[in-house]
Amino acid sequence: MSISGTRVLRVEDHQLITTGGTYVEDLREDALTGAVHAMFLRSPIAHARITSVDVSEALTAPGVVAVYTAADIDLAAGSAGPVGQPWLADGVVRYVGEPVALVLAEHPYQLADAAELIDIDYEPLTAVASIDAALAGETLLFPDTGSNVMQARGEFDETAFDGCEVVLTRTIVNQRVAPAPLEVRGAACAWDANGRLTIWLSTQNAQIARTIVAGGLGVGEDSVRVVTPDVGGGFGAKIGADPEAVVLGWAARRVERPVRWTETRSENLTSMTHGRAQQNTVTIGGRRDGTVQAFRLDVVQDAGAYPRAMFLPTLTELMASGVYHFPKVEAASRAVVTNTTPIAPYRGAGRPEATAAIERAMDLFAAEIGMDPAEVRRVNFVRPEEFPYETPTGAVYDTGEYAGALERVLEAGGYQELRAEQARRREGGDPVALGLGIATYVEITGGDAGGESGRVDINPDGSVTAYTGSSPHGQGLDTSLAMLLSDRLGIPMDRITVRHGDTDEVPKGIGTFGSRSLQLGGSAVRQAADQVIDRARELVADLLEAAPQDLELNVEHGAWQVRGAPSSGSVTWAQLAGQAGAGTLSADVWFGDGAPTFPFGAHLAVVEVDTLTGKVELRRLIAADDAGPVVNPLAFRGQRHGGLGQGAAQALLEVMSYDPDGNPTTATLADYSFVTATELPDFELVDMETPTTRNLLGVKGIGEAATIGSTPAVHNAVVDAVAHLGVSHLDMPTTPLRVWQALAEARKAN
Amino acid sequence: MIPVQFGYRRASSVDEALALLAEHGDDAKLLAGGHSLLPLMKLRLAAPEVLVDIAPVEELHHVRIDGEDVVIGALARYHDLQGDEVLREHAPLLAHVAGVVGDQQVRHRGTIGGSIAHADPAADLPAAILASDAVLVARGQEGERRIPAADFFLGPFTTSLTPEELLTEIRVPRQTGLGWGFEKFTRRAIDWAIVGVAVSGKRVGLINMGGTPVRASAAEEALARGASVAEAAELAAEGTSPPDEPHATTEYRRHLARVLTARALETSAGSR
Ligand SMILES: Cc1cc2nc3c(=O)[nH]c(=O)nc-3n(C[C@H](O)[C@H](O)[C@H](O)COP(=O)(O)OP(=O)(O)OC[C@H]3O[C@@H](n4cnc5c(N)ncnc54)[C@H](O)[C@@H]3O)c2cc1C
Repeated sequence: MSISGTRVLRVEDHQLITTGGTYVEDLREDALTGAVHAMFLRSPIAHARITSVDVSEALTAPGVVAVYTAADIDLAAGSAGPVGQPWLADGVVRYVGEPVALVLAEHPYQLADAAELIDIDYEPLTAVASIDAALAGETLLFPDTGSNVMQARGEFDETAFDGCEVVLTRTIVNQRVAPAPLEVRGAACAWDANGRLTIWLSTQNAQIARTIVAGGLGVGEDSVRVVTPDVGGGFGAKIGADPEAVVLGWAARRVERPVRWTETRSENLTSMTHGRAQQNTVTIGGRRDGTVQAFRLDVVQDAGAYPRAMFLPTLTELMASGVYHFPKVEAASRAVVTNTTPIAPYRGAGRPEATAAIERAMDLFAAEIGMDPAEVRRVNFVRPEEFPYETPTGAVYDTGEYAGALERVLEAGGYQELRAEQARRREGGDPVALGLGIATYVEITGGDAGGESGRVDINPDGSVTAYTGSSPHGQGLDTSLAMLLSDRLGIPMDRITVRHGDTDEVPKGIGTFGSRSLQLGGSAVRQAADQVIDRARELVADLLEAAPQDLELNVEHGAWQVRGAPSSGSVTWAQLAGQAGAGTLSADVWFGDGAPTFPFGAHLAVVEVDTLTGKVELRRLIAADDAGPVVNPLAFRGQRHGGLGQGAAQALLEVMSYDPDGNPTTATLADYSFVTATELPDFELVDMETPTTRNLLGVKGIGEAATIGSTPAVHNAVVDAVAHLGVSHLDMPTTPLRVWQALAEARKAN
Repeated sequence: MIPVQFGYRRASSVDEALALLAEHGDDAKLLAGGHSLLPLMKLRLAAPEVLVDIAPVEELHHVRIDGEDVVIGALARYHDLQGDEVLREHAPLLAHVAGVVGDQQVRHRGTIGGSIAHADPAADLPAAILASDAVLVARGQEGERRIPAADFFLGPFTTSLTPEELLTEIRVPRQTGLGWGFEKFTRRAIDWAIVGVAVSGKRVGLINMGGTPVRASAAEEALARGASVAEAAELAAEGTSPPDEPHATTEYRRHLARVLTARALETSAGSR
């Protein structure tokens, strides 16, 4: 019997919830004995010229081993990007939190004292603290480039909306949020006697980190080994390696001692990259019967001070038209630099922004023509028979059943009854308004199409060691891969070990982001298992003196036998592996044909808004998230739960804000409102499985899908709750103050 | 976050604590539950040279009846107050408010005396003891003095305690049988109040409507004149000067004070 599709407890969890994981900070490796501790002194000012640096007093502080600034760093240019970030700020600081100096001391408690003694004079420059200020261009972050616009793509057709009965346009802010993983960033570096660096790093991809660190240090990739111990979440912000990792590796070489670093929680909030940060102008046009004829998306991406991820607005453009078949779709984008923390991928990375824009636009259009938002969506969906469907912006959707997803959540939620209840409250003048929000979404997973490595070894005792280039950090992929292998090989899960995240063990790999791991990493180990099976078949043929094509692997017993004649003898994996000798039953593959897949779904959010105070309570969240066949429903649901919570949080609570001088105003967890269980309802999950044709397993990614759907569903619900009072739009997060002010303005306007 | 280096002394009695305070003067700070002081130290906004830990002082953990008063030791923790039978009967508002401070961890460490001495205008207990007409008992080298709650809070994080004094007890006239109500407006369950309202009998205390906890005196007077709950609540923000912040403007706070006062007064009327 296959275990795929059954609920299997995660093999990772026993250790995580008993003794706890081993994170970078916990490492007690011999190679780290005698390590010095590191701390980055960071800019307290958003934009300033550094006029003098004096580290002499800090150098005399107790325990201090070294203090370095930009002048000490003898490496080539800074990090990658159109304008690279210097390893340590060089002459100019461009955001609060930018690393300016590195302090090394014997004990971590000595670091903060010493850092206070570093004397740096800043001559403030005008800060560019918002997208509007960046576009105005009065102050340039990089005067040599002549503009704050670092990338501009696409143009619009002036006649796009000709012939539309209704045309609406609106700017929608997709606010900046902080990833705030449970484990903050950390690294430990040790050079060996042969001049090779081992860096233990909290990252989502050891192999990409190796490329970045080796490149930064100017050494060959074979001179760097990256190891990821347990990693406590990343959400995109731990892809690759940040400039800090390169500086630490450099410092360890310079002081000829191992170096350890863990940032503080507050440091993490301003110094780890942020996500989202787009300002999107939608224009939607169509007929009063609900048909949308043209849609335009104009994206402005705030890239932060040093742009790193120029593909984010590009992905937003690609996914502009969502689940709809519109005759005309056009998208363009600009990416600007501001004196704020750099922006990088964050759970969804470009796709949530597209979904948020189109799903708000659909509701605006529905409200304008007086049609139920569910009905407007029905009229415009891509239909099942249209797949594969190529969108006007160039995405080729694999499979989908968009209307089906919507109908299922509407039925599960009792949509008609909820609308009736809403009408009753409105008629009765109930101060607690009910709001219903729909979002139907499609997203792209494994969008990088970069493939993944997979290796399967049958050990002499018949156990299995599998190696994956994926880099799970909380998702439960070890369990899913072991399930796939167990089903394929007929070897029990407790005899299967999955290894990842050490570049010496897994030299090739791309890692975990973009919900790619199961579809690419899973396909890779599956392909490796199939190659092992082919090799085994040859060996068994010799042993049983049978033709290879007459042999079968009995997965119930994990043994090979002659098809139709089990009594003529069988060979177990252990027998076979014992005889074959080490390395024979092994396959190492690169699964390279993994084209992107397009998970989709529908969410229905139910909120109550206290119209006297503006406070919003999320009462229900009903979600259909279809990512094809489910390997482990437990892990699958876990990914959906986390995604729903994180997505709802963006709609309701979270924003990383700056004042006009570029000072972060939500720089501690007392001010930055991440979501807690208390603010979330029990999620109502509706199951659907539409396989893809684009990989061996038929699976799509689920890591980000629920985040993408839930933000606009909750956002739309809040607006819907107060629509009858004259509010047509609210920006996120829909804080009580914002709701109350919108209600007050609407009252004034009436 | 790492605080500046500090010394640590442990007191096991009030006298010992007072002696240590006298010894170290302005350089010392009392440490009770640590849930306000330690975060400030970690952010390096506070840097006392010596912490005098009073958590071990057994004599200040009590809740007992003394004549017409309920007497609460300054070191009683929220978690204990929340479930205390005597408090629930004779000062139910305080028992309730202790149960909505922060989260479980905070309620197991934080003390009522720490909250009052810290005098954060956004804190819950200070407004509740104001509405309860409490008297605060302080001890210094020269002996004991009693300070009515209304005279205790001087400004944000400022009280009439001297650096050598210890807040020992909170004396609350028994509120047995009086109506009470409490409204705490937050975005998330673990947040501090944007605005809060504590009602006990005819007294209304406001959280975060100025530099100190304040009484909504115009509303109280209206009630005394026989005004309706709605009429009285309309006056709740009179004479207050709430802070203006990006997430909560002055005008919004005034509005909330009115809405929440109406709700707390209604709850109070219903609880009698
Ligand atoms: C995450 C978090 C959430 C919180 N949420 C809330 C909330 O929602 N509402 C709320 O009201 N509070 C909240 N707090 C604060 C909490 O209530 C604190 O416990 C309280 O403010 C201080 O009490 P403490 O015993 O911890 O005092 P400490 O932090 O030990 O001391 C605070 C100050 O009071 C002085 N002090 C303490 N005891 C005495 C005494 N007996 N005599 C004289 N001086 C004294 C100290 O020297 C120090 O200056 C929160 C705290 C945290 C960390």
